[in-house]
Amino acid sequence: PPPHSHNDWIGPPDKHSNLRPVIFYVPPEESALERRLREARQEAQACDQRFWALHNRAFRQEKEEFIYSRLKAKGLEMRDETGQKATLNAEEMADFYKDFLSKNFRKHMQYNRDWYKRNFTITFLMGQVALARALRWLRWKKKNVGN
Amino acid sequence: GLFVWQLKNAGIRQVPCQFVHLCRVANNRLITFQYFNFLKRMYVTQYNKDLSQRAKPKSDSVASPFCELRQLDHEKKVIHKIRPISPVYEPLSETSSRSKLRETKSTAETEDSVTPVRAEPKEDRQWKEMKLQLEDLPGILARLSKIKLTALVVSTASAGFAMAPVPFDLTCFLLASLGTGLASCAANSINQFFEVPFDSNMNRTKHRPLVRGQISPLLAVCFAASCGIPGIALLTLGVNPLTGALGAFNIFLYTCCYTPMKRMSIANTWVGAVVGAIPPVMGWTAATGSLDAGALLLGGILYSWQFPHFNALSWGLREDYSRGGYCMMSVTHPGLCRRVALRHCLALIGLSTLAPVLDITTWTFPIVSLPINLYISYLGFRFYRDADRSSSRKLFFCSLWHLPMLLLVMFTCKKAFLEKEDKGDLLGGSRGRAMEMRLP
Repeated sequence: PPPHSHNDWIGPPDKHSNLRPVIFYVPPEESALERRLREARQEAQACDQRFWALHNRAFRQEKEEFIYSRLKAKGLEMRDETGQKATLNAEEMADFYKDFLSKNFRKHMQYNRDWYKRNFTITFLMGQVALARALRWLRWKKKNVGN
Repeated sequence: GLFVWQLKNAGIRQVPCQFVHLCRVANNRLITFQYFNFLKRMYVTQYNKDLSQRAKPKSDSVASPFCELRQLDHEKKVIHKIRPISPVYEPLSETSSRSKLRETKSTAETEDSVTPVRAEPKEDRQWKEMKLQLEDLPGILARLSKIKLTALVVSTASAGFAMAPVPFDLTCFLLASLGTGLASCAANSINQFFEVPFDSNMNRTKHRPLVRGQISPLLAVCFAASCGIPGIALLTLGVNPLTGALGAFNIFLYTCCYTPMKRMSIANTWVGAVVGAIPPVMGWTAATGSLDAGALLLGGILYSWQFPHFNALSWGLREDYSRGGYCMMSVTHPGLCRRVALRHCLALIGLSTLAPVLDITTWTFPIVSLPINLYISYLGFRFYRDADRSSSRKLFFCSLWHLPMLLLVMFTCKKAFLEKEDKGDLLGGSRGRAMEMRLP
């Protein structure tokens, strides 16, 4: 993002986590509240990034392994005569999806709880910051009108 | 562009309503006919698990396979762009992308995204300033509130209103529709607010405003509050408290029960079906002020309809659900998924037969609706037996036209109000005139 910008910038989805990274703008006169908000958002971003990157990688890996083992059981190779990668049909993959979902259930439960907590906290902080800014602006306006 | 078209359409819809109000009672048929015309013109294509049916303008939906091919090209482009590094994954992603595209679930969303993806595939890969542009705001809010789904929800509520055995009251109708629409916007916004990281990871939902950072979570919540509170207030004060209570309850059910449950247990589908069933009940209570058997029947029909619709749709999304951590029957209990879909197709036949028994429609209704109910049951049976992509798609697409058609037939077979007056005391359903006639 350009150095003169006064806003946050959001980027394209990350390759591993599919989440969009945000670069936060640090205003020179950042209040304590605003700093708390920014840090909360940065921390949340890091947590989410970590979780999804690992999770998606695990998914891909386990999917590969599953396909490999199934193909092997069927006596097929990973690539057929034309060199194309051999795939399993949706019904065979369904077993993998079911298995993967149940294996990761607890992980998701934990993540859900954390995500909801973080989401509420950050949104609440945003509200506080917005309110503080509005009050500051009103005070400034009053001062200017007074002058 | 799509949003503007929607607005225009909505405007066009309202004008005949007002015009017709000047005409006679029989014309209330015309109003609803316009509604269903509108519905028919919209090709309901998206049905995201949040019970969001997205309608696509007919011009886009002329031939769904063509649409899907178009989407296929674009999705392919996107997928190739995103994963050029993993050649091992590519053929797999192709099959899965094709399967993801098959379910038109991604319709409206993909519609919104196809155009931007088509026009600016590069821009999506660029860094964007997180600054709210006011001219973008209507479009952003439309997507946040899932405006097309909201329109469909309002349509089902209007169907409920139209089926109620009372004289048509235009003001009440408009207030009820507006209130329901606002409540739906609020619920959808909160739903998106809760699901940002999950939406980012699913192809269908990754272009939503909160995911793309076009709007801040705070603004989303404020928007939801500014739609929900006036909406419920409008229903409670402008229509009746019962409708308001149902609206508030539905918002709660959708945002606080259904949305978290999606990740916890397969029971979310049943809760979601109730969420979809409540709007027509609200329409009915808005008209009559009470929860009659008719309201429950209409709700029951919509409840049953949700299952073949959603279960068929979710059949093609198993990979995304599995990776995203969503607990859906199609992933964890595939047999149950198909059984339930079939069961509810058959239930629709039963419920249609119940309509004349409850004096909501004439006996023509179950007879005329039997072919379409049998057809969807047949497709439900095929889905149950074959359990493959093609049968699930057939069932899903059938459900899209089945519901509008069923509601339309139901309306045309509605027991005429005058006829009901004679049987006023038998039914206990008519009010007003029937009472006046009996009082000495």
